[in-house]
Amino acid sequence: MQAAIAVRDLKKQYDEGAAGTLALRGVDLDVVPGELLMLVGPSGSGKTTLLSIMGCILTATSGSVRVAGREVVGLRENELPALRLEHIGFVFQGFNLFPTLTAGENVELMLDLKGASATKARKRSRELLEQVGLAGKYESFPADLSGGQKQRVAIARALAGDPGIILADEPTAALDSHTGRNVMEMMTELAHQRGRAVVIVTHDSRVLGFADRIVKIEDGAIAAPETEPISSRPHRCQMPEAALSLI
Amino acid sequence: MPPLAQRNLFHDKVRLTVTLTGIVFSVVLIVVQLGLFLGFTTATSNLIDHSGADLWITSKNVPYVEQGVAFSERKLNQVRAVPGVADAQKIIAHWTQWKRHDGGQESVQVVGFNVDDPLERPWNLVEGRVEDLKSPDAVIMDELYKQKLGVTRVGEVFEIGGYRARVVGFTRGIRSFTTSPYVFTSFKNAQDFTNMREDQTLFILVKVAPGVSVEQVRRALLDRVKDVDVLTNAQFSHMTTFYWMFTTGAGVAVLIAAVLGLVVGFVVVAQTIYATTMDHIREFGTLKAMGAPNSYVYKVIMKQAAISAVIGYVLGMIVSVFVVHGSEKGGAAILMPMPMAIGMFFLTLTMCVGAALVSINKVTRIDPAMVFKG
Repeated sequence: MQAAIAVRDLKKQYDEGAAGTLALRGVDLDVVPGELLMLVGPSGSGKTTLLSIMGCILTATSGSVRVAGREVVGLRENELPALRLEHIGFVFQGFNLFPTLTAGENVELMLDLKGASATKARKRSRELLEQVGLAGKYESFPADLSGGQKQRVAIARALAGDPGIILADEPTAALDSHTGRNVMEMMTELAHQRGRAVVIVTHDSRVLGFADRIVKIEDGAIAAPETEPISSRPHRCQMPEAALSLI
Repeated sequence: MPPLAQRNLFHDKVRLTVTLTGIVFSVVLIVVQLGLFLGFTTATSNLIDHSGADLWITSKNVPYVEQGVAFSERKLNQVRAVPGVADAQKIIAHWTQWKRHDGGQESVQVVGFNVDDPLERPWNLVEGRVEDLKSPDAVIMDELYKQKLGVTRVGEVFEIGGYRARVVGFTRGIRSFTTSPYVFTSFKNAQDFTNMREDQTLFILVKVAPGVSVEQVRRALLDRVKDVDVLTNAQFSHMTTFYWMFTTGAGVAVLIAAVLGLVVGFVVVAQTIYATTMDHIREFGTLKAMGAPNSYVYKVIMKQAAISAVIGYVLGMIVSVFVVHGSEKGGAAILMPMPMAIGMFFLTLTMCVGAALVSINKVTRIDPAMVFKG
């Protein structure tokens, strides 16, 4: 199976300070469709940098990153938005919803970016909100929604672009455990039922049990060994011991 | 496109109020400063612009209308003999003293003209008729200066240059750039009021016959009438305006105030629009992360700026109309002709869009990775 994201010998150096900071030191990683992969590691280890590069919103210093089969390292900055729009959906820790738009309009915005007509966008937006359990919240503004509802709107928005890859940065950090579990169940369904490649950066030990694979990043590199794929485990919401040892 | 620009503007009422207040303030400031400048400029050449003449004949090197030098009125016949001259009249515009009932004196500028002729008649009469000036000692003044000159009604008698003067009418809105109000009267009265010799005049106004070139007549007059300057109405108007606006401190001050009004107005609008855009910088970052091209983000920002400009302009003009109306009864006129009102719309739009371009430059450089920072 072709990897949705294939990372080879990825390096990223920030030009801060006299010597610069090497945030990633030769990372190799594949993420396949239908897989839910979690990136864990201490703060400053390079997880978010790796996620940003895989999401085509940060450029690599060297190495190779193939997104949906296309090499993105070396692309000009103005070529990246189209790639993001085509292949990647984002879910953020702070939800990043547009506070002045209703839940429905937040989803429609992504559809508008994809070129959908207003009528189609409205219809599809309602469908997506229904899929994430927010059928009655089309007209609600983000300020009137709970944290979990906001994150579900964000997921609906990410799905609106029909991307093959979902990248999520701490999607449960701002949520209570019950809501966080709901969100993770949704993410798992996206990977397993709908064949999306889902990559989640997290510090939240409560959700590690949902991962098919956990990759620990330390000092800009993958700390060996990776955990075994756990998608076949019967109690998916239990935190695997192997995973516990990584955080 | 979901109404992101409109919602960004209207969602936060406090922010909207601040934004619109900034734009309204700028619009009113610019209208007031430009209107004052226009008012002063217009006042300097009022007499010339409303004279109805095509050419002004003056003594040599007269720099502006208030500085006329007397010359023999016999030149009037020479002027009338020049082919192409349809009408020519003697005019006096000269300073003298007005004595109030309380004994106080005010400087006034007497304008003497042929009451039977259409050249250099007072305009905007609100009381009395120009023909009333045929009576000996009759004068017409502007109602703006009633208090200054101690006048309360038509029929009152005063003293000008030691001669009896009776108010027979009032005009409205004929301002003098100087502190000396215009007082219109017959040419004969003006000679008395200004102590001018009977055979002298300060200016001769010429109306050129229809179909004849003004420039051609001007050259002919220069050839045939000696020791005078012959200026077109526009030339003399420009010279007078230039003198008052650029060689006196008052004019320069008004000009500087107008320029400062423009600059301050632009800065306030720029700051306001910039702050409004920056308030939503994180959302623009999210848009970019979602895959929106820069053009999409620009469209949202420009739309926000354009909507702000239109609303700010409308509100600003409503306030400006009141200010302009209020100034009509004051000493300094603020003028807002239609072209200026229309020009203000495009200026407001340009200021807002220009300010948006500055903030766009900032938005362009947003690192989309900011969306991952908490």
